[in-house]
Amino acid sequence: MTGLTGAYVPGTSPLHRLPAGAKLGGLAAACTVLVLLGSPAALAGAAAAVAGLYALARVGVAAAWAQVRPVRWFAVALFALQWFTVGVEGAAVTTLRVVLAVALAGLVTITTRTSDMLATLERCLAPARFVGLDPFRVSLLLSLTIRSVPVLTGLAARVREAQRARGVERSLRAFAVPLVVGALRHADALGEALSARGLDD
Amino acid sequence: MIEFADVHVRLGSRDVLRGITACLPERRVGVVGANGSGKSTLARLINGLALPTSGSVTVLGLDTRRHAAKIRRGVGFLFTDPDAQIVMPTVAEDVAFSLRRKRLPREEVERRVAEVLARYGLAGHADHPAHHLSGGQKQLLALCSVMVLEPDVLVMDEPTTLLDLRHSRQVADLLREMPQQVVVVSHDLPLLAGFDRVLVLDEGRVVADGTPDEAIAHYRKIMS
Repeated sequence: MTGLTGAYVPGTSPLHRLPAGAKLGGLAAACTVLVLLGSPAALAGAAAAVAGLYALARVGVAAAWAQVRPVRWFAVALFALQWFTVGVEGAAVTTLRVVLAVALAGLVTITTRTSDMLATLERCLAPARFVGLDPFRVSLLLSLTIRSVPVLTGLAARVREAQRARGVERSLRAFAVPLVVGALRHADALGEALSARGLDD
Repeated sequence: MIEFADVHVRLGSRDVLRGITACLPERRVGVVGANGSGKSTLARLINGLALPTSGSVTVLGLDTRRHAAKIRRGVGFLFTDPDAQIVMPTVAEDVAFSLRRKRLPREEVERRVAEVLARYGLAGHADHPAHHLSGGQKQLLALCSVMVLEPDVLVMDEPTTLLDLRHSRQVADLLREMPQQVVVVSHDLPLLAGFDRVLVLDEGRVVADGTPDEAIAHYRKIMS
């Protein structure tokens, strides 16, 4: 969740200064290269290169670990499954590819402000104006989606607390109804706030 | 200048406001009243978030029914719950988001964001995730996001309801310094001390209109 809700680590490294479009293009190219690398030795070299990029970004070990931590159990399960089906070398190759791709995507996330990412998206979507798509609205939609994650998480935590206080912890309905009502109320208030900020014209 | 001319608002079968007529040229205007008295609807009328069922509301010389979008560019609105107003993940990005439609150069946006964050005590939080801020800081962020647009009029709907005493005082101090015309709907009576004018609403009607002392005395009387 942190990757979605403000994982940006402020800094002045060369990676921070690189335009978001260049980083996203680089990420796509690097992921293609990862798919083409077929040996554990080559992927070990790629892992060293990714570690070097993290060092260049100067974001700290904790922030780097936070990017791959969410996939750690998935990586273990993938390695085990692949070992069983294609052998240890194939398992290492596949697992390293996935982990390194996640690490690279995380590196882009922690060195790029969400607003820069959305501005790049808006620029890329500019030609879509001709088919009636408003790039600003698409990027606004994504901003609101990202922003809604911590809001809904907080709402769910409050509903769970209220359930516990009333001794109805196991009732799905007692959890879902206030959560949905709260989410709709938040959406309503957010819409009104966006209108008040002049974003409906 | 804000002008209400025989304003009625009906929501469903309920008359929320009944014949409000008032001209508000003062710099600091407070609105108090019981829950359900129509205060928040009155505030929403000022920037066209709500429209009168009959009568008219004129703000900055424009009718809210015909020029709502234009009026909103000149009238900032601060809601009770700051969580509903924050759109972007980090503090500086949320303030900058308000300026998106202005299409200003990046340096100008950064300058204005830094200036407003410094003015409202959030300079050290520019790159912090907005959802990690305290309730009081979130309300200050919401205020920054409104004030960066330099509105001519600011409307605040119960801005201190969710704040602790320290942040309530901070909002009160900031209010005193603002050059804009400010309309504050509030249950926080000390916040309205020193205002130029206070309206008391009861069941959709203005039942008292005068200095804070006179109006609040009347409000206390109808609440007792």
